[in-house]
Parts: sequence; C-alpha cells; structure tokens
Amino acid sequence: MQEIFIDKYIYLSMALFIIGMVGVMIRRNAIVVFMCIELMLNAVNLLMVAFSAKLNDAAGQMFVFFIMTVAAAEVSVGLAIIVMIYRNTRSIDINVANKLKW
Amino acid sequence: MIANLPNYIFFFLAFIAIFFAIMVITAKNPIHSCLYLVLTMFAIAANYVLLNAQFLAIVQMIVYAGAIMVLFLFTVMLLNLNAESEPVKSNLMKFAGVIVGGTLLLLFTAALRKSIGDAEPVMNVMPMQIPNHSNVGLIQNLGWVLFKDYVFPFEAISILILSAMIGAVVLGKKEKMQISE
Repeated sequence: MQEIFIDKYIYLSMALFIIGMVGVMIRRNAIVVFMCIELMLNAVNLLMVAFSAKLNDAAGQMFVFFIMTVAAAEVSVGLAIIVMIYRNTRSIDINVANKLKW
Repeated sequence: MIANLPNYIFFFLAFIAIFFAIMVITAKNPIHSCLYLVLTMFAIAANYVLLNAQFLAIVQMIVYAGAIMVLFLFTVMLLNLNAESEPVKSNLMKFAGVIVGGTLLLLFTAALRKSIGDAEPVMNVMPMQIPNHSNVGLIQNLGWVLFKDYVFPFEAISILILSAMIGAVVLGKKEKMQISE
C-alpha cells in the first residue's frame, strides 16, 4: 500500500538544506542565521531517517537521536554567545562581530 | 486513490515544509521567522511518522519544536529584537546568495539523477521503495539498539550536555568588567 520512494525524500531534504544555506548567506541577523543552521540540521536528519527506514537499519535513527542532542547543546551555548555579543555591542548584526576575521 | 494516499500526504507535507522554510528566511521580523520554523519542524515530524519512525517524531516535537524553539523565542524577546529596524544585506548580496543556492540545487539534482541512472542494474537488489512493514523506528527496537550497541555514545553525550550547560551559565553570567572596550 505504501508507495513512497526514497528519491522524493532526497529531493525534499536537498531543498530544505539549500533553503537553509541561502538563508545563512542572505541574512545578517545572528539569530536568523542560527535558525537557518537548525533548518540545515533538520534536512540532514530527514534524509538519515528516510535511508534508515529504507534499509531497515536502526543505526541511522540512532545518529539522528545523537544529532538532536548535540543540536540542543549547541543552541544553548550559541544563544548564550549571542546574548553576550548583544550585551557588549548592543547589536546582533553578524558584521559587527568581525574582530576574529583576518 | 486510497493506495496513493501516503504519496498525497507526502506531497502536502513537503509543500508545507518548503513553503514555511522559505518564509523563515524571508520574514522581516525574527519572531515570525521563529514561528515559521516551528511549523517547518512539525511538518518534518509528520514526515517521520510517515516513515514509521514514531520515536523520532515525538523527540522532534518535544526537543526541537518544544525546547529549542522556545529557547530561540525567549532570546528574541529578551533582546527586544521585534523592531523592524534590523540590518539587511544589499540586494546584490541577496541576489548572489540565491544564485549560489540555485546552482547548488541544480548540481545536486544532476548528480542524483546520474547516480540513480547508474544504479539501474542493481535496482532489483535494492529497490527504491520504502518498505511499509519496517519496525526499526519503534521505541522497543530503538531502545534495544541504544542500550546494546550505543551505550558509550549515550553516556558520552550526557557529559557533552553537562559541559554545554556549564558553558551557557558561565557565558551568560554578568561580567564585572566590560569586555567591549
């Protein structure tokens, strides 16, 4: 009955990943850039779950589980850094934080 | 009609996910971006249910759409960023970004179609279709795998979360002296 093919999922996660990448390139608000990175992580997670379901192997879903945990840790530290940047410069424009750029 | 129902559901969810993902990167207000991203996460969670990965669908809703996005919303509201006066990149940069994204999409699509064409002879061994009797995504099975094969990563990730928590507290603490100047 179920007639879903894996290539549809590849196209969908490809589109989501590229939307997130374009968002990272065209936005200057640090929080929106961060959200676009989350979108890219989600696209990869979707692809992993699709292949895990297709190959009948639980390893892919375990990896998605660990990616979600790492993403949660990353978000907590990253948002703390953004709050620190805002507190010191009164702005979250990513072009303000270019001191480390050579 | 009924036999094709998962396909229709998939296309509906894919449309929702892509539409709201585009809204995330085009919305001017960061709070709107955040809420659109929650809707995208829900569409992806529904896709997990469609793929018979119920455990990950629930985790996606609780961790991503619940915890992480609430953290984002808290930060946006804490910094009082709902003003429309946020910096925007020049139109040239936006145009260049969209061109780069479109080119990459074209490249990926071409590579995928080529590889699927090359894989045609082995397609009988590994069909593209997703089996509907798969039960790897159920909680019982995933629990067995997690606590048999992935015990060490599971314990290591708890140390990672602990260090992230300590790092967030240390970073968020009020400083005695200003770092800016």
